[in-house]
Amino acid sequence: MTLLDIADLTVRIPGAARPVLDTVTLTVRPGEVVGLVGESGSGKSTTAKAAIGLLPPGATATGQVRFAGADVLGLTGERLRAHRAGPVGMVHQDPRAALNPVRRIGDFLTERGATRARAAELLAAVGLSEPERRLRQRPHELSGGMLQRVVIAGALAAEPRLLLADEATSALDVTTQAEILALLRDLRATRDLGLLLITHDLHLAAAYCDRVYVMYAGRVVEERTAKALFATPAHPYTRGLLSCSPTLRTSTVGAPVPLTPIPGRPPSLADAFAGCPFVARCPVAETACETWPPEPKALPDGGTTSCRVLPVEASRT
Amino acid sequence: MTLLSRTARRLAGLLATLFAASFVIFAAVYAAPGDPAVFLAGGRDKLTPERLASVRAQYHLDEPLVVQYGRWLWDCVHLDLGRSFKYSDQVADLVAARFPTTLQLVAYATLLFVVLGVGAGVLAAVKRSTWVDSLVVGGTTLAASVPSFVAAIALVSLFGVQLGWFPVTGSGEGFGGTLRHLTLPALSLALGALAIISRVTRQAMADAAASDHVEAARASGVPERDIIRRHVLRNALGPIVTMCGLVMAGMLAGTVVVETAFGISGIGSLLVGAINTHDFPVAQAVLLLMVTGYIAVTTLVDLVHPLLDPRVKGATT
Repeated sequence: MTLLDIADLTVRIPGAARPVLDTVTLTVRPGEVVGLVGESGSGKSTTAKAAIGLLPPGATATGQVRFAGADVLGLTGERLRAHRAGPVGMVHQDPRAALNPVRRIGDFLTERGATRARAAELLAAVGLSEPERRLRQRPHELSGGMLQRVVIAGALAAEPRLLLADEATSALDVTTQAEILALLRDLRATRDLGLLLITHDLHLAAAYCDRVYVMYAGRVVEERTAKALFATPAHPYTRGLLSCSPTLRTSTVGAPVPLTPIPGRPPSLADAFAGCPFVARCPVAETACETWPPEPKALPDGGTTSCRVLPVEASRT
Repeated sequence: MTLLSRTARRLAGLLATLFAASFVIFAAVYAAPGDPAVFLAGGRDKLTPERLASVRAQYHLDEPLVVQYGRWLWDCVHLDLGRSFKYSDQVADLVAARFPTTLQLVAYATLLFVVLGVGAGVLAAVKRSTWVDSLVVGGTTLAASVPSFVAAIALVSLFGVQLGWFPVTGSGEGFGGTLRHLTLPALSLALGALAIISRVTRQAMADAAASDHVEAARASGVPERDIIRRHVLRNALGPIVTMCGLVMAGMLAGTVVVETAFGISGIGSLLVGAINTHDFPVAQAVLLLMVTGYIAVTTLVDLVHPLLDPRVKGATT
């Protein structure tokens, strides 16, 4: 049974030329690590927040968000609050901003449903030393990495079944990042936790996740297993992302692989598209792409991609 | 820096402020038009130059400003505020007899504007952009634009004369009597402050509500009541307390009009009488008391600040 099931979710906000999310379909199963990758403004965070029924102000949504079979978008009042406080935990991007600067770490954990003793246990579980002392400290007395652990502890306080990690490690240095990721992986194994990992780092997603969704301009453009995504990226945007991140690999002649940035810029909410949103930046675009409404196409290995030119390209690689 | 040296520095700063204020007060009263010697000698009609000179010598009015100031300051430090020219009583006794009434009036008004002002501000912030918000903003704007003496007359005519709920003059005997007598004066004094405090509360809460940690708490399903109380209001307390302190300190020197309107013999009316009759020692003592009160209140607010925002601790010098 799927834990999180988002189907054809379209979210519109007033004043924007195109939907913030356009027919997004995404699933997370228990114990699965799912990556959500894309540039800033591609709709990753909006997708994750939809899982806790948190839409942008004034937004209207069509489609479905189901958690363990139950509808999320229809929840209001006390039942919505219970959904957020219970089965879904969210780890926010900037731990320093996610914690109230004038309150103690202990308050942060207890207001998320932990008892005092359990709060100390949680801090120990996320690898913080002297948990009893930490409970009495305030956010400005802790480092960024420690705060990120506190935020994870807060997300785990209510024993969630799904954890949404929104750029949970992006602000940390690499060693701390590795520790936090290892911690999340352990938690997933011990608690059969579903994990939705939002990141702009495609390599991280490919190395860490079971499956990866690539988003562009509010749409899912590719959904693959991590291994397949990294080996045979199907969508030109995914290939572009991979070739503009630095690697240690060398090309066949021994020279470092040159970095090739994707030309142009990510579309803003003021840009509307008649066809494929990536067409202006796409190296393989054809005239027909400009009017082709993107729809997911199945790939031989079980993934999907929304590219019109793709079957030709895929057979070539 | 240790607590001891911090306290010492703060005390030194207070004394320096008081010292500077005392000179300004003395010089201002000295420079005021009119000659107190004429008044002391018993009026212009039977005035001879010899009589005037002897009065001047008796009250040391013939000495230069700095010498007079030095003499006055030396006496002040020895807790001797001198004798009133008009009443021939000790100034300290005069002030001591009048000060408690003013203090009660200001305390009562402060209680009113803090409870009602913060209450209205919280209400407006919670019901932002609804008719409640508009009502609070409109009502407090109206209250602020009515001068306190006009408000005083309106209150007297409605509650004192028409309804007969409260006495219209005097300061009453005993706790119950004082409370009854001071209700209308305190209310007319508090009306103007109400608008300021409710506006500051509303704005500070709006700023606090826009922080990321409030959205994070909401996303974690923290009950809305707790969000308002422990995150929004708690974090807005800094500006609110500062403003309440400043307004209260300002009131200590601003009771003159209300005291006159309600026939209360506080230090406000004492000061006006002293200035009109060139009663130098009384005017100086009352002004010095007002400045001291102002400094005391603002220092108290400063001391409270680290309790409201633990990040301030140690940063103040």
